[in-house]
Amino acid sequence: MKKIYSVLVENRSGVLCKVAGLFSRRCFNIDSLAVGETEDTTVSRMTIVSSGDERTIEQIEKQLNKKIDVIKVKTFDEPASVSRELMLMKVKYNKNNRRDIMETCQIMGADIVDMSKNMMIIQICDVPERVKLLISMMKGISIVELARTGTLALQKCLDMEE
Amino acid sequence: MIGADAIVKCLEAEDVQYVFGYPGVAICPFYNSILDSDIQTILIRTEQNAAHAASGLARVSGTVGVCAVTSGPGATNLITGIATAFADSIPLVCITGQVNSELLGSDVFQEADITGAAESFVKYSYLVKDAAEIPRIFKEAFHLANTGRKGPVLIDVPIDVQNAPIAKFKYPEEVNMRTYKPTVKGNMAQIKKVAKELSRAKRPLICAGGGVLLSQAEKALRHFSEKYQIPVVSTMMGIGAMPTKDPLYFGMVGNNGKPFANRAMNDSDLLLMVGARVADRAVNQPDVITENKVLVHIDVDPAEIGKNVGPAIPLVGDARHIFEDLETEEFSCDTAAWIKTLTNYRETMQPIRRPNASYVDPAAFITKLSEAMEEDAVYVADVGQNQIWSCGYHIVKQGRFLTSGGMGTMGYSIPAAMGAKLAAPKRQVVAVCGDGSFQMSMMELATMRQFGVAVKIIVLKNNYLGMVREYQHYTYKDNYSVVDLSGSPDLEKLASAYDLRFMRLENMAGADETIRSFLEKDESVLLECLIDPMDLVK
Repeated sequence: MKKIYSVLVENRSGVLCKVAGLFSRRCFNIDSLAVGETEDTTVSRMTIVSSGDERTIEQIEKQLNKKIDVIKVKTFDEPASVSRELMLMKVKYNKNNRRDIMETCQIMGADIVDMSKNMMIIQICDVPERVKLLISMMKGISIVELARTGTLALQKCLDMEE
Repeated sequence: MIGADAIVKCLEAEDVQYVFGYPGVAICPFYNSILDSDIQTILIRTEQNAAHAASGLARVSGTVGVCAVTSGPGATNLITGIATAFADSIPLVCITGQVNSELLGSDVFQEADITGAAESFVKYSYLVKDAAEIPRIFKEAFHLANTGRKGPVLIDVPIDVQNAPIAKFKYPEEVNMRTYKPTVKGNMAQIKKVAKELSRAKRPLICAGGGVLLSQAEKALRHFSEKYQIPVVSTMMGIGAMPTKDPLYFGMVGNNGKPFANRAMNDSDLLLMVGARVADRAVNQPDVITENKVLVHIDVDPAEIGKNVGPAIPLVGDARHIFEDLETEEFSCDTAAWIKTLTNYRETMQPIRRPNASYVDPAAFITKLSEAMEEDAVYVADVGQNQIWSCGYHIVKQGRFLTSGGMGTMGYSIPAAMGAKLAAPKRQVVAVCGDGSFQMSMMELATMRQFGVAVKIIVLKNNYLGMVREYQHYTYKDNYSVVDLSGSPDLEKLASAYDLRFMRLENMAGADETIRSFLEKDESVLLECLIDPMDLVK
């Protein structure tokens, strides 16, 4: 079972280490983890995607809540959230595949944000499945470097009001 | 005023009486400042024991135990003590000196990343970067250590921060932490639900864990159990929550517990787990514990509920408050038949021992010893066969039973007994260890002598690491590996080297007289009991 944990934490040094350490020590999975400051500079939001059986999922939330630096934990399913991931992908291109690459980017809603004679950087910001899809579409050409942010997610507005 | 003075002022504001520790350059400013205070420093002989001594003090006094050691090896030596306290939820504030903050991260002499290294064994830790933060940090640390699920808090203070000037010292009156608000009072709707289940139950049982003692809920538990006639068993950490001879008490559960206690757990139709983690030693198959019964899990730490056992009625809160609140509900339990059954189990399911008459029978000896001990005496058991015999045969009257239950740290008993004796100088304190665990802490005989701490020590000597030998006996068919303790010191000579009264008991003849003489005066005595090397706890 996949769950998204949206965790507000004190924006202090060492907190990321404590939270990540909790996951490794208790053998919880981390599928992805993204951290950034919020509108309140003393608070950061960690978005952690994890999976496990029901007991593990409950334990993750409880253990997170137990951490003194954790302010609030929200757990939700993927469909109940708006989730996005950013990916940058540097590829080698040539005359023969340039058009194909550009077409694929257009279909997938990806942008070409940097270019040289032989290489280009493609950027996509989309749900994780579509990011994965773009990677598989590009498998045929030569990927030089790739960077992903991990999933960011917020609970959908209507779900939150309920 | 400098940072180190501020630390001492904080400890004074928290009414700290003793600091256990070991100096080194990185903690010297603190140990210099403490000279101007009434707080007494106890120079322990190895850092691990500073945490154990602080633990013994904390458990007997109900206050926070404090230890202070230097950076690097001083700090890393402390880790086992911190982990021991963490496993048993004992409130400690551990202060470590640290190298100059400008040098942090450059691997200079005696630098160790102690906040990083101890992270999984502390409730919380601080690395102090600004001396002005000292009052707030100490206020928070003491609050964190001794509220909610109690535990050790580490404060790492670089030497330059200890030496930094502070303009004005003001100890905060309140803590202001937005992230930490432990639930103490149980949810009333849940309490009503539990009361309803209790009135319906035919065979209710309370299993008391260490949390009962940590929340000082012994009286509340005893009152509750008596009022509604609900029988009680305990985990190892819960020993002493009920007097051993209370008619409603049916012993310690678990793979080293009493058969009748486990039978009671098995037969119950409503089980109230109170302040117990339901760890593997107490409950062999936690996932089947809920078969044929309703489980109510009461704990101040919500993460413990559902961690090791299946579905339960959760009740988050402090044990004492919950017993008191439960008593405000109107219900009654008809348990006369159930208690009769359990009493019958207790009479008929006593483990049978066949002691070797050439040696001291640890079971009979411990029973005699505890009968002769004072009403409110503190008994500290170490780890090994001695611990299991102690759990099985020590009779708690109105005193305390201390041991390292969660971590099972050998060498705990002597330093913990010292801490207990300092916390309660008028109470009789007896440490019981094996010859293995004794040798892990025998350097503290010097500390006892130096500070006049009148702890009584019993060494159950069998020339083996008995618990492991017993395991090898059953699992490896007597192929013993690395358990032979020959080469141990002559304890009589050792006692004389430390000016300690020495006694020896070779078999049960004369046991009563030896025990009487051993307990007689409020002084340190080392009593060696010769145990059959082949004796087993099971």
